Amino acid sequence: MRRFVWLIPTVYIIFLMLPIYWLINMSFKTTNEILGTFSLWPNEFTLENYQTIFTDPTWYNGYINSLLYVSINTVISVAVALPAAYAFSRYRFIGDKHLFFWLLTNRMAPAAVFALPFFQLYSAIGLFDTHIAVALAHCLFNIPLAVWILEGFMSGVPKELDETAYVDGHSFPSFFIKIFLPTIASGIGVAAFFCFMFSWVELLLAKTLTAVAAKPIAATMTKTASSSGYELGLLAAAGTLTIIPGAIVIYFVRNYIAKGFALGRV
Amino acid sequence: MTKVENQKGWLFVLPVVVLVAFNAVIPLMTVVNYSFQETFGDNVFFFEGVKWFEQVLASERFHAALGRQLFFTFTILAIEIPLGVAIALAMPRKGIWVSVCLVLMALPLLIPWNVVGAMWNIFALPDIGLLGRTLNELGINYNFTRQPVSAWATLIAMDVWHWTSLVVLLAYAGLSSIPDAYYQAAKIDGASSWAVFRYIQLPKMKRVLTIAVLLRFMDSFNIYTEPFVLTGGGPGNATTLLSIDLVKTALGQFDLGPAAAMSIIYFLIILAMSWIFYTLMTRGEEN
Repeated sequence: MRRFVWLIPTVYIIFLMLPIYWLINMSFKTTNEILGTFSLWPNEFTLENYQTIFTDPTWYNGYINSLLYVSINTVISVAVALPAAYAFSRYRFIGDKHLFFWLLTNRMAPAAVFALPFFQLYSAIGLFDTHIAVALAHCLFNIPLAVWILEGFMSGVPKELDETAYVDGHSFPSFFIKIFLPTIASGIGVAAFFCFMFSWVELLLAKTLTAVAAKPIAATMTKTASSSGYELGLLAAAGTLTIIPGAIVIYFVRNYIAKGFALGRV
Repeated sequence: MTKVENQKGWLFVLPVVVLVAFNAVIPLMTVVNYSFQETFGDNVFFFEGVKWFEQVLASERFHAALGRQLFFTFTILAIEIPLGVAIALAMPRKGIWVSVCLVLMALPLLIPWNVVGAMWNIFALPDIGLLGRTLNELGINYNFTRQPVSAWATLIAMDVWHWTSLVVLLAYAGLSSIPDAYYQAAKIDGASSWAVFRYIQLPKMKRVLTIAVLLRFMDSFNIYTEPFVLTGGGPGNATTLLSIDLVKTALGQFDLGPAAAMSIIYFLIILAMSWIFYTLMTRGEEN
């Protein structure tokens, strides 16, 4: 029986790949072929759908906008979560446990609840339709997650490391940047991966907070689907392209994920 | 680890508190504000007390949406957690296949949620989708835009497709933290594979599995985009989960008061259930 155990992950991966294959298949078909025939691969292979996306600014700007606010969000989330996670893992202070739980509750808040108030808040402070607005809004669920993950990694680092560094004459900032951060590098990798992931895939808030200038690719897709009828090929091509940044990120962090998970308490 | 008493900790967490509070407290107060008032436009509001709360708590529509939400959440937890553990146990431990498996399995996690919905929509369409067409050719009458049962099956299949990998990743991480020596000792003692699972692997995975359950619970309770794109809550109201119902009330009908009251009840339900999970989790840590 042990010899056939590899079948389980294989079947699972095939199940995962089928809808993705179908999406890619559709993206190389013309609209006529999609609606007219049923075939497992494109009979009239076309790159027209991709051509439209790469030449029309409303399409490719969507990708640039998404990547921009996702990057800003990842940097902000990890940067502010680092000192906070350090404090949670090393110090006891008044209200620390309540504060930690309060942070986690924000990870639980349904985005649908906040959609309308977010729109009003960011309009009121004049940030509506900017990249920074979406990046800040996504902090709501990404900062608690980053703190949670990093706190796990930092608690795995023995406190003797801190003490030895002070004995060696390091000041706190010099210890934190030169010694501590490199020690938990894989933890930072995992935290950044999750921030990237949740900011990249979220649509409801990103769509609510943008109109034209910072509109994410996912929102461009929904608009196109409703306004220009049923252009499935174009939609499939845009969808296929949204998979690529994720795939690249996974490829780069694959070792961190396996190692990082094992080290941390995540 | 023993922690030092140090109030300087507050300085370290200050940026986090400011950023999260800005995003959490102000919008939450706005919602609370609306939930007690009535408006007829023009920014004129009248205090209504707890009228909206009574209305929402008594409404059939809310009960139905909450029922569907609970059914959805517990169904996907019952499928994804055991399935994820089984796949993690069957995964290779060493070699290049580990990377291949991890990269391919993580792929669904990084696809934008509306693309997941659109992808499954195209995949399941009865006439031109691979899944829908195949099922119909096999003689199964399947149409997820017309039949509630098909819609539910598609919705659950989609969520299993989307999120089981998260459980796999977490469970696999727990498994790879077990030293080889444990397995060798078990082998010398002649332990069965069930005993290895029950007394070595399961305890080591307990912590990560709690996190997996917690994350899957919270996220599935908040789910909006994927079912909205896939079925739009239909056919009829068959797949209208809490978030979809909420957005329909707030933005569709612009009933701010009832929508705000519903938001608060919704949030309190998640908060209460998460608090129970959190307490169980920290209790496990102390032992």
